[in-house]
Amino acid sequence: MTRYGMVIDVSKCIGCYNCFLACRDEFAGNEYPGYSAAQPLRGMNWIKVIEVERGRFPKVKVNHVPVTCMHCEDAACLRLDQSGAVYRRSDGIVMIDPEKAKGNKALLNLCPYRVIEWNEERELPQKCTFCAHLLDQGEPEPRCVESCPASALTFGDLDDPESKVSMLLATGQVVPMHPEYDLKDKVTYLNLPKKFVAGTVIYGDVGEVAAGIDVLLSGDGKELSAKTNGFGDFEFEGLAENVQYTVKIEASGYQPVTLTAKTSRDVYLGEIVLTK
Amino acid sequence: MSAEKVCIQCTVGGPVRVYVKDGVITRMRPLRFDETDAPSWIIEARGRKFSPPRKTTLQSYEVPERQRVYENRIQYPLRRKHFDPSGDRRQELRGKDEYVRISWEEALDLVAGEIRRIRAEYGPAAITAMTSSHHNWGFLHYKMGPFGRFFNILGYSQCLDNPDSWEGWHWGATHAWGYWWRLGHCEQSELLQDALKHTDMIVFWSVDPNSTSHMYHGQENVIWRVWMKELGIEFVVIDPYCNCTAASMGDKWIAPRPGTDAALAEAIAYVWLQEGTFDKVFVENRTYGFAEWAKHIRGETDGVAKTPGWAAEICGVPAHTIAALAREWAAKKTMLAVGSIFGATGACREAYATEWCRLCVYLMAMQGLGRPGVNFWGGTAGAGPIDYRFRMFGYSDNGWDAFGAVGKKSYFPDGNPVTQKTYRLLLPEIVMNPPVSWIGEGFCGNSIEQQFRRFTCPEPGPNGAPIKMIYRHGGSFISTMTDTNRWVRMYQHPNLEFVVMQDCHWQSETKFGDVILPASTNFEHSDLSEWGAAGGYGFNDFTCNHRVVIYQQKCIEPLWESKPDYDIYRLLAARLDFEEAYTEGNDYEDWNRKVFEASDLPKYLTWEEFTRKGYFVVPPRPADEEPKVSFRWFYEGRPCDLDSENRTPPGSPVFGKEGLATPSGKIEFVSQTLKTFAPDDEERPPMARYIPSWEGHETKDLAEEYPLQLISPHPRFSYHTHNDNKSFWLDDIPQHRVRKDGYAWWPLRIHPSDAEPRGIRSGDIVKVFNDRGIVLCAAIVTERVRPGTVHSYESAARYDPLVPGQPGSPDRGGCVNLLSPSRMVSRNVPGEANNSCLVEIAKWEA
Repeated sequence: MTRYGMVIDVSKCIGCYNCFLACRDEFAGNEYPGYSAAQPLRGMNWIKVIEVERGRFPKVKVNHVPVTCMHCEDAACLRLDQSGAVYRRSDGIVMIDPEKAKGNKALLNLCPYRVIEWNEERELPQKCTFCAHLLDQGEPEPRCVESCPASALTFGDLDDPESKVSMLLATGQVVPMHPEYDLKDKVTYLNLPKKFVAGTVIYGDVGEVAAGIDVLLSGDGKELSAKTNGFGDFEFEGLAENVQYTVKIEASGYQPVTLTAKTSRDVYLGEIVLTK
Repeated sequence: MSAEKVCIQCTVGGPVRVYVKDGVITRMRPLRFDETDAPSWIIEARGRKFSPPRKTTLQSYEVPERQRVYENRIQYPLRRKHFDPSGDRRQELRGKDEYVRISWEEALDLVAGEIRRIRAEYGPAAITAMTSSHHNWGFLHYKMGPFGRFFNILGYSQCLDNPDSWEGWHWGATHAWGYWWRLGHCEQSELLQDALKHTDMIVFWSVDPNSTSHMYHGQENVIWRVWMKELGIEFVVIDPYCNCTAASMGDKWIAPRPGTDAALAEAIAYVWLQEGTFDKVFVENRTYGFAEWAKHIRGETDGVAKTPGWAAEICGVPAHTIAALAREWAAKKTMLAVGSIFGATGACREAYATEWCRLCVYLMAMQGLGRPGVNFWGGTAGAGPIDYRFRMFGYSDNGWDAFGAVGKKSYFPDGNPVTQKTYRLLLPEIVMNPPVSWIGEGFCGNSIEQQFRRFTCPEPGPNGAPIKMIYRHGGSFISTMTDTNRWVRMYQHPNLEFVVMQDCHWQSETKFGDVILPASTNFEHSDLSEWGAAGGYGFNDFTCNHRVVIYQQKCIEPLWESKPDYDIYRLLAARLDFEEAYTEGNDYEDWNRKVFEASDLPKYLTWEEFTRKGYFVVPPRPADEEPKVSFRWFYEGRPCDLDSENRTPPGSPVFGKEGLATPSGKIEFVSQTLKTFAPDDEERPPMARYIPSWEGHETKDLAEEYPLQLISPHPRFSYHTHNDNKSFWLDDIPQHRVRKDGYAWWPLRIHPSDAEPRGIRSGDIVKVFNDRGIVLCAAIVTERVRPGTVHSYESAARYDPLVPGQPGSPDRGGCVNLLSPSRMVSRNVPGEANNSCLVEIAKWEA
C-alpha cells in the first residue's frame, strides 16, 4: 500500500515562499472535481510560512517553518466531525468533500493546528489535499514540493522503506510539530526551532577574541560542552524553552566566569570579557 | 469546454510549463526532466556525489506569473485627455491627467507624426528613448530586439545606461584587474566544483544570494548552498542588514555602518601584513604596486596605520572581530562572494564605491587568487560541468539589434546616424537645464578609455539638439534611479513636447505619457531563448544547473488590444517608411527559425521536434574533462585556457594569453590606467583607500538633521518593478508588503533602539523623509538591522503620491529612491549611489 507523508527540514528552508505561491497557483480559481473546489483568487493559505526571528543584534537568525495540513493518522477533524464531510483516502490523504462540507464552518475549530480555512465565496472549509488530483495522474509530488529550490520538503511513500521520506524518518530525528496533540502526524519536521544560548568570549587584557575556549552549559538535567570558534563565539542550539541554564567559561590563566541564561527566549549573552 | 493544453515558455526567473484552458492561463509550473532529456552533471567532492534535481527552479516572483499576465495591464491605446498635439500640450498635467481611449490607427499616426515633426523641427537627436531590463523574456523580443532595431534605423539620441546594479565594479575594479569587457566582473568558470572540493569558508560581503542574486536563473544555486552547509563550509556575511542569506544560513554576521566597507577591507589587509599571512609569492609575481600600497596601509605615508582599532571607530565593528575575521580568512581556503554575478550589492552602489570594490580585488590578490578553493565567486554562476561549446545566442550577443545577429543587415553598432547621447542618471537635467556634461560612456565594455570620454548634451555642433521627446519602453525608473522626484519634474517640464509610454503594465511612469501603447507579454507570441543566458558581457557565465534552450510557444492571443512589441515597431516603421529594413520581409517565425538554424540545435533535433517539445537540454560535458577554473591559469602562470573566455568575435583580451588585461598584465594595487587618465582625481586615486562618504555618518551636520542611514538593496520578491503591484499574491508575503487598513504598504526595517525613542512599533505607518522627499512605509521593528541604519528594498512598483502628479508629495507606494541622492559616486564616476542616503523617520499621523 502507498501511504503518503512529508518531512520538512526547517534548517534548509530559506523562506522563499515558493511553496505558498505554487499552492496558490494550483488552486486559486481552479476546480478539481472530485477533489477540491476552487480557492478564491486571494486570501487562502493551504501552506503558510511562519517566520521566527531569533536572538538580538548582532547574533540573529531567522527560521522559516512551513505549516500545512498534517494529514494525521488520528486526524481530529475526521474523528470529531459528525457530518461525514471529512474522509481518508486509501493512501492516507485526509480530504474534505466540497459537496458535503458546504456551510460547515465548525470544521475549522476541530483542527488544533488551525490549518482548515474558510472559503467565504463558496462557504466552504478547505485545506491542503497533498495535490491528490496530481498524484492520481501519476505525478510524484505536490506543487509545494515541486517548487522548493532547497529540497527542504521531502514527499513520498511511508510504506516504502527505500523512499527518501522513510529514510529521513529512520534517522530518529524527525518530530511532529506538536507531539502533545498525539495525532500521528504524517507531515513531520527536522530541526524545528527551539532555543539557543550563545555568546562571544574576549580576552580583556589583549582585546582579542578567545578562540578554542571550553564552554560548559548545564541545566534541564544535562551538561553540554562547546568550544569557541575563531570569532570567539559559542552557541548551544536546540535547547528547551523556559529553562534556567548555567554557562561556565574557563580559560587557563584567566578567572573563570559563570553566567546564567533563561531560555524564555533565545539568549545572546553578548561579549564576555575574561580577566586575569 | 476545451481540453487543457500545456505550452512551454520562459519567464525572467526560469522556464515554465504553462497550462491553458479555454484560452486562459490557469497554472504555471517549472519543467520536470525525464529520461529523454540529457543527463545531469555529477560533481564528486569530499567523498560525495552532487547532482542537481531533475527539474528547474523558479524565482519566487515568477511563481505567480499567471497573475502578472492578467493584472494591471494596459488594455487599449490611450491619449492623455488634455494633450493637444496641434495646440496646447499641457505638459504640467502629466501625472494627473485623465486618458481617453483611441484606436491603434490614431495612436500610431499620432506617434509617427510627432516623430516626423520633431525630427524636422529640431533634428533626429531631439528624440531619446530608453528601456528597463527584463519586463519580458526572449531572444528576439527582449529590448535588444524590436526596440533596438527600430531606433537604430530611425536614428535617435541613445540613452546610455549606467551599470546600475554593480557601479563600483565597473568603474573601480576594472582599474585593478581589467575585465572591462565583462563590465568589471571577472570570469566565474567551474567555481561550484572548486568550492565543493576545496573551500572552507565563504565571505559574503554586501551580497545576499538567497534573496537578490538569482538574476534570470531561477533559484538554481540555492541547492549549492544547501550542499555547502552539509559539507560544513562556513558562511560569514558582512552587511548592515542581517540579510536573508545571513539569517537562514550564516555562521557569522558582521554589520559595518553603511559606506565604511573600504575601511574594514584596509584593516583586514593590515592584519595580514603585520602577521605575514598572505601569499608572498603571488604578490611578488602577479601584482603591481604592492609595496607602495603596503606603506599606505601601515601608515607610513599619512601617519595613520589602518589597524583594526582605526577601522573599528569608522565601521562600528569591534576591533577584535575585525582581527578575527582577518585571521579566519587567511587561515582557511576562502572564497569572496560579492554579488550576482557580481552586481546587486549595497556597497558597490554608494559614494566612492569604486574604493571598496578595488580593495576586494587587492584582498584576494593577497590570498592568492586562483589557488584551489580561493577565488572570487558570487556563488551564483560557474555551474558545471557545462558544455560551453554548444552554440546558442544570448540576447545581448549582437548589442542593440538582436535581429542583426541573424538578419541580412545589422544596425548595431553602426546603424544609428545620431552621435548625440543622453545619460539615464542625468536625463532630468538634460531635459530641463541643458547643456549637461558628464564623463563616462555608461556601459564601457569595449575599452577602459570609454570611462574617461566626455559627453555633452546637446552635443556641440550642427547635429546636436535639445531633447524634446522621450520614448519609454517597459518598466519604471521612479523607483530605481535616484532622487526621482526629478523624474516627476522632468515629465511636467515645458521643454518636453512629447512622451510615449509603451509597456505591458501600468507602471509608475506610465501616467506621465502623452500616448500610451499597450504591449503584450511574451506569453502572447512566440520567441526562443536560452534560460538565464544574457550572452555579451556575461558570455558563458553559466548560472543554471542545466543548459535549457526554449522554444517559447505562444500560449494565448494578445490580451485586450495589446500587440507584441515587434508589431508595434513594425507598424511605426511602416509609417516612417522603413518597414522593409526593419523586417527584411520576416515575421516572428521566420526570425525564430533563423536563430535555430544559426545555433547548434540542428545537430541534435529538427525544427519540428524543437517547436513541438518546446525545449532542449544541452548534454553536460564529458565528466573526464578537467575543470578549467577561473584564475587558476593566472595563479599558475599559464595562458588563459577558459572556455568562458573563448569568445568569437570580438574575442577576449585574455584568452590564450598570459596575464591580465591591465597595463602590467598583473593585478594593480597602483592603477596605471587611473595614473594615465585621471592622475589627480583624489576621489578615485590610483591606489584605493577608504574615503568618508559625502553623505553618511561622518557628514556631521546633515547626520544631525537626518540621523538614520537608509540602505535600499534590490528586492527579493520583484525583479525590478516588474512583479510588484501586478502579482498581488506577493503582497501576502510579509517581507514584501504589509497589509494594513486595506492597503499594502512597503516595509521599512528599523532596530528597536531607533524605533523606541520615536514611539514606533511594528506595523505602524511611518514617514521616511529628507530634503528630497517623503515616503510612507510600514515599520518592521527588528534585530536584523544595525542600530542607526534602516533598511527598505528599492523597486517598489507603485508610485502613489497623496497629491497625484505633485513632485514631493508623500508617496504611499514605497518608492524609497525618491529619497536617494542624485549626486553620483564621485567626481569622475557617473554611477548611482543609492546607499549613501540619510533620512529621519517619524510616525505618520495622517
